[in-house]
Amino acid sequence: MASDAVIDVTARYFAAFREQAGTDAERVTTGAATAGDLYGELAERHGFADARGRCKVAINDELSDWTAPLKHGDVVLFFPPVAGG
Amino acid sequence: MSFRISSTPIDPDELKRRLPDAHAGACVTFEGWVRDHNEGDAVNALEYEAHEPIAVAEGTKILAEAAQRFDIVAAYGEHRVGRLEIGDCAVWVGVSAAHRGAAFDACRYIIDEIKHRVPIWKKEHYRGGAAGWVNCATGASGTRRDSEAAETQ
Repeated sequence: MASDAVIDVTARYFAAFREQAGTDAERVTTGAATAGDLYGELAERHGFADARGRCKVAINDELSDWTAPLKHGDVVLFFPPVAGG
Repeated sequence: MSFRISSTPIDPDELKRRLPDAHAGACVTFEGWVRDHNEGDAVNALEYEAHEPIAVAEGTKILAEAAQRFDIVAAYGEHRVGRLEIGDCAVWVGVSAAHRGAAFDACRYIIDEIKHRVPIWKKEHYRGGAAGWVNCATGASGTRRDSEAAETQ
């Protein structure tokens, strides 16, 4: 698929990201080809300050890589740095 | 082997009863408690949040990894979510094994991996009213930024 295709995805935010974005989920129309590209776009929009390497992403409830390609209809979960324990 | 997210208080005695086995000669358990300070700040309470489906899947995977790496009989883990007060148990890990070495090693492996990999987030509420997400640079309500991992233990 061409990387310049425009798709609709759902972005879900957790913890610090949710508070910063002011919502737990939103519909996003994007030209982002990968999860990492989408993070860059949304980090700029919402002011997420955490380096991507310290965060995690899941696509459709499966942990994924930042290089994973996105397709129309995906639900993309953005996890800020974890702090269990 | 199972890992659970709980919104009700962790009961270490009840969890420990899941471990005994006739083959086990050792049992190592770990409890992470909420303490009243972190990096010089007085902490009043903690709030934990998890994405439960992935937290359970990743936690269960960690237990399976421990069972592969170490010669253990059983392992179990549980992590709290919600608001916790000072002294509350935030996380519990228990391992049984034929011998103590494997039980200690597996328990340490499991708690370390939980802290690094499982999608659980911790918000500290400080004396004075401020609050902040531990480890996160994002978020305007904290008093610190990008701090080192705060630990309950």
